[in-house]
Amino acid sequence: MNNIYNIAKSRIQKGVVTEELTLIGEALKSEIQKKFNRSLHIREVDTGSCGACESEIISTTNPLYDIQRFGVDFVASPRHADALLVTGPVTLNMAVALKRTYDAMPTPKFVITAGDCAFDGGPFKGSYYIEGGVSKIIPVDFHVPGCPPKPIDLIKHILLAVKNIKVN
Amino acid sequence: MNYNEFKKSFIEKSGFAAELIREAGEEIYIKTNHENYLDTCLLLHRGLLSPVMIYFAEDNTKDLGVYTLYCGFLGKQVKKWIFAVLDVEKEVKEFPSLSKNIVSAQLFEREIREMFGLIPKGSPDERRFRLHEEVWPEGYYPLRKDFIRPEKTGSTGKEYVFDKIEGEGVFEVPVGPVHAGIIGPGHFRFSVAGEPIINLELRLGFTHRGVEKLFEGRTVQDSLKLAECVSGDSAFAHGLAFTLAVEKTCGIPVSERTKYFRSICLELERIYNHVNDIGGMAVDVAFSYPSALASIIKENILRLNEKLSNHRYLKGINAFGNCELALSPGKQAEVFKVLEQAEEDMKILKEILFSSVSFMDRVDTTGLLRRKTAEDFGITGLAARATGIKTDLRTVFPGAYMKTSFMLARQEKGDVLARLNVRFDEVSVSLRLIKEFMNLLAEQKSEEKKDAAVKEGAGVGCCEGFRGPVIYWVKLDNDGKVERCKIVDASFNNWQGLSYCVLGNIVPDFPLCNKSFDLSYSGGDL
Repeated sequence: MNNIYNIAKSRIQKGVVTEELTLIGEALKSEIQKKFNRSLHIREVDTGSCGACESEIISTTNPLYDIQRFGVDFVASPRHADALLVTGPVTLNMAVALKRTYDAMPTPKFVITAGDCAFDGGPFKGSYYIEGGVSKIIPVDFHVPGCPPKPIDLIKHILLAVKNIKVN
Repeated sequence: MNYNEFKKSFIEKSGFAAELIREAGEEIYIKTNHENYLDTCLLLHRGLLSPVMIYFAEDNTKDLGVYTLYCGFLGKQVKKWIFAVLDVEKEVKEFPSLSKNIVSAQLFEREIREMFGLIPKGSPDERRFRLHEEVWPEGYYPLRKDFIRPEKTGSTGKEYVFDKIEGEGVFEVPVGPVHAGIIGPGHFRFSVAGEPIINLELRLGFTHRGVEKLFEGRTVQDSLKLAECVSGDSAFAHGLAFTLAVEKTCGIPVSERTKYFRSICLELERIYNHVNDIGGMAVDVAFSYPSALASIIKENILRLNEKLSNHRYLKGINAFGNCELALSPGKQAEVFKVLEQAEEDMKILKEILFSSVSFMDRVDTTGLLRRKTAEDFGITGLAARATGIKTDLRTVFPGAYMKTSFMLARQEKGDVLARLNVRFDEVSVSLRLIKEFMNLLAEQKSEEKKDAAVKEGAGVGCCEGFRGPVIYWVKLDNDGKVERCKIVDASFNNWQGLSYCVLGNIVPDFPLCNKSFDLSYSGGDL
């Protein structure tokens, strides 16, 4: 049994860190240290995305990216969150749920949207059943483009957001 | 088997008239009337041992004054799609309901009712399915050709009525639409007495984006892009099913080489998703170590996807009559290396999980789905194979798989462990298949890209995605634009399997059952 664990361990350590990721990650870590006192908690909401964005967001937590080591954590409740990460074009059915999730967050708070749908409806633009972008329902501070955005892009843009956010 | 043989063995025995409309390739369309509709469908359902696989309406009121219903069954032995076709007059707007006799038709009928305003007479469930009462006013039917979006949506003041379970100590646990994890939205209403679940009602439709309507009037190229956004984790399978439907309709030739490339993509998609689900099951029992290993295997496959197709989820690689991966002979060795690494990692992953007594205790006999239930509700794909049903579109329409050592993975028990085992088996089959396809590719010469001409017609395209069959029925008009596109993802009917398999289990085992199915919210809601 121990043997198995060791083999798997070596697999995890191999290729963990690419230079770009380390650079971005360290910058992210120090920004979060300064502005959020060590940790940034994000609540994710899917408002009708196809699931690819979710898959990439989950990928940022795998051992190869491991966004948690930079101080970013995805939390289960909006009440614990500093930021809201929203995907999807906002379907009519999800509009109220999105608004309520946002309202449930304590202030100060900010909103990041991820993926082309969340910006303006993306490929679903013009449908009878979407609101067409998250900004129609709640104020949006930052956007991560892509269909879906890659994990490294997500981390980059979270860094950008944290850099530019004003905290009192 | 052609129509005449089919007629002899099925229709003549039953003694009622059914007229052949069209026979093309793998499809047979039989016209029925209101009187014979139910009997014809029952005959196909029982004769072919097939649930309703695809069932939809089409608005032909402008030209013919009718709505046309198509109820499709899969003939596994005869290797055909067989459709019972019924015209519903514009003034009548009623048709005989099938759901009391064929349960797998029920969700489709609810869909037809809300999208077209056609009434299945005698249907046991008249509630809306995706257009929620709270936000969508009465009398607006999106898939009618003369549909105009209501000016005011949202807050209609109405509410959806859940099934009420009453009794001493029974209470309800509402969950969602916003869940605790990073996952799609859906509402689950548990009725529990103490710990065990006595009823689970799913309310879906939260990710309904009106995809089928969006297809209408688009060129096939634009439509392909849209098809790849229907369900993100099955992007390639959805794109492929749409492509196949168009290719069949327009008679676009497809080379062996293209077929091999497509099969490689399909298997890559299957691997990363199955591995993801195995990892997910480990997370749901708080066994984080194997889940971390699974996420590494998944990431490696996604990176391989990117190397081969420039997209981690294989979007944009497929085209009509063509699909080309960047697989030069030099790169082949690299691919083999990644696959071998994945194979080795899978072995370790399996050993960790199966040697943990507490993990096995959680998955064994949990979330039991009986074969009879699965057959009745039209459960397809992996969830069906875990109950012992032998259905896989790769064996029904083998295509490029004919030349490989493909073996259908199957279990009998129908619990979470059975679904886990099917996933493990399918991953190892897929890893082997990719190698075989690459060897087959070596014999093929590269070819020039040809422009494909699009023409009028209709046809079915289908492939076995990682969850199960992905079926597209596409009709093109004389400009080569999409007139109607019906999509059925395996998630659509399989959600019902989930709501039955959890009965008698405790609420904390629900995430495990859910992950063992791993259904797509967006694929089911469209």
